[in-house]
Amino acid sequence: MLRFLLATRGRGHADWTDWACYIYLVLGVLMMFAPVAWLALSSLKSEAGLDQYPPTVLPYEPVHIAVAGQPTELPLFHVTAGSHAGEDLAELRRIGLQAQMIDPKAPETIIRIPVRDRQPVTHLHAAWTNYTDVISRFNFLQYFWNSSFITVVATVITLLFNAMAAFALSKYRFRGRATVFVVILATLMIPPTIVLVPNYLIASTLGLTNSLWGVIWPAVATPTGVFLLRQYMLTLPDELLDAARMDHASEWRLFWRIVLPLSAPALAVLAIFSVMWRWNDFLWPMVVLDRSEKFTLQLALNSFQGELTTSWNLLLAMTVLTLIPVTILFALLQRYITQGIASSGVK
Amino acid sequence: MIAALRQQFGLGYAAVMNLPERPMHWAQRRFGPGVAWLFVGPNLIVFGLFSFLPIAINFWYAFTGSTQLLPENRPWVGLGNMQALLACGNYLDPSSCQRDLFWHGVYNTIEFVVLQVSLMVLFSLITALALNKKIIGKGFFRAAFFYPVLLSPVVVALIWKWILQRNGVLNATLSANGLGTVDWLLNASSAFGWTVFVSIWAHMGFYTLILLAGLQAIPSDVYEAAEMDAARPWTRFRRLTLPLLMPNLTVVVVLALIHAVQIFDEVFVLTGGGPGTATTYMVQFIYETGFAQQVREYGMASAASLLLAGVLLVLTLLQLRASKTK
Repeated sequence: MLRFLLATRGRGHADWTDWACYIYLVLGVLMMFAPVAWLALSSLKSEAGLDQYPPTVLPYEPVHIAVAGQPTELPLFHVTAGSHAGEDLAELRRIGLQAQMIDPKAPETIIRIPVRDRQPVTHLHAAWTNYTDVISRFNFLQYFWNSSFITVVATVITLLFNAMAAFALSKYRFRGRATVFVVILATLMIPPTIVLVPNYLIASTLGLTNSLWGVIWPAVATPTGVFLLRQYMLTLPDELLDAARMDHASEWRLFWRIVLPLSAPALAVLAIFSVMWRWNDFLWPMVVLDRSEKFTLQLALNSFQGELTTSWNLLLAMTVLTLIPVTILFALLQRYITQGIASSGVK
Repeated sequence: MIAALRQQFGLGYAAVMNLPERPMHWAQRRFGPGVAWLFVGPNLIVFGLFSFLPIAINFWYAFTGSTQLLPENRPWVGLGNMQALLACGNYLDPSSCQRDLFWHGVYNTIEFVVLQVSLMVLFSLITALALNKKIIGKGFFRAAFFYPVLLSPVVVALIWKWILQRNGVLNATLSANGLGTVDWLLNASSAFGWTVFVSIWAHMGFYTLILLAGLQAIPSDVYEAAEMDAARPWTRFRRLTLPLLMPNLTVVVVLALIHAVQIFDEVFVLTGGGPGTATTYMVQFIYETGFAQQVREYGMASAASLLLAGVLLVLTLLQLRASKTK
């Protein structure tokens, strides 16, 4: 096994650079995944579980038991010192550094135990209620719907518009083509962060503020999308189109029936990017949407983390729910995503 | 049933998609190759409305005052906004400036960009070199480093906020090992350091991929020749890999600069720009001045946007040059 691992350079032995390389990569992978794993594990702890310090890796919860004659369930403790050492007692109340405790088997006598002589009894318990609470108590489904609507609709329009422009730029020689090309290139220099105020004015003039369309429209034309698709369409042979023109197909049909299906690989790459961009969008949606029923998941998360500083359990569950769709996309398509980025250099 | 539905849907779909047929034929007869404009039209309209028109309006806002949104209600103030932004007793001391928050933003952004870009490029390069070796599980490692790139900035910020909070896992680990705990996000210099770290954590995988693609494009016979000459690894890296990778490295540096100058999302959620103004960067100044204050100072925000736009213009021209040489 070891020899197999080490036979990396085809020379029968590994030198120190191989070792250093593996150590670096393994540490790097831990660095990348451990924070996300910690988030996921923490999201399964109840509020009481999250309050435990130092924190445990797995979701351990304090055990509560029903005791005869007591109206509520009582927390169970393990006594570590004194005459009751080794017994499991339930806590009635705590007074300063002393706790009044009772034996569940003999609940009549109250026993006093110093608090430092006992430890809470815990058991492994995943608090799935965090997730059901997030979904039922907050407008989570509404935010989820808003985010999904924006992502899907914007991606469909992005693909259509950018493919149309790419088709014109790759398959026609028309007056002004060079100008159009330069104009689209120039938009690279106008990222949304520098036109926040005027875009807000335009959105409000068009009645797009507090509307999901206000997030969709400004984002559907992307220079990167046009270039990516144009590069691909340039490789499609013009003879195909000429043959169809002989059959009196309109230019729209050429685009729709021939060029678009043949561009599927490039469209897929752009679709993945677009989904990523729109799902994760933050600053522009925050400017254009200020009524909470229009919030996307990202905006909702941001406003909750401002309000619910005490309810970390719900916040963590909601964060996990927000990252699940992207993680699924990643798991299914990571090969295409990494290849698309490596070949086009866009993010 | 499903087949029938599918057929119905197919027919409807075909009917809708055939709708442009007649107008298209007419347009072709009328305009010839000019029909191309119909295809670029939608894109150009969107670009016009949400990129070019805004730049023009941005100038109007920057040179007019008051808190009104509608351009016709705004009185002309000329260079007033710019002068207010740039008025400073001593340019090395942001607190002496009239708009001290702006200058804090400028200085913080410069510090952030220098530190973040250099560290990010360094670590991306190391990671790409490691991934370029003949190793087992290459695909897995490559994917793992890339995973955080897909996470939304808000999620990234919350993941780290949870780790760095006072009773978080980092402090628990430190105190379990007998070390002192720190309130990471409430201490100015550590909060700044963590914004650099978190943004590198979240974006490193992207730059690693571009560098890795560059490394893989270097033909292996170049190395074989070097190995025959018994070149040592370091010499090989400096004399062969680095020069051949230069075009990609330039693209990565410029792209990283463009993104770093515009840092906002993850920092805004992680620290809110604090403590004090320790992690307030340029875009946050623009956002808060224009949208998050009681009094919305659109003119100030636009003036600051124009200054930022100038920086980005230079960087983007550099990027285009770099990708051309590539």
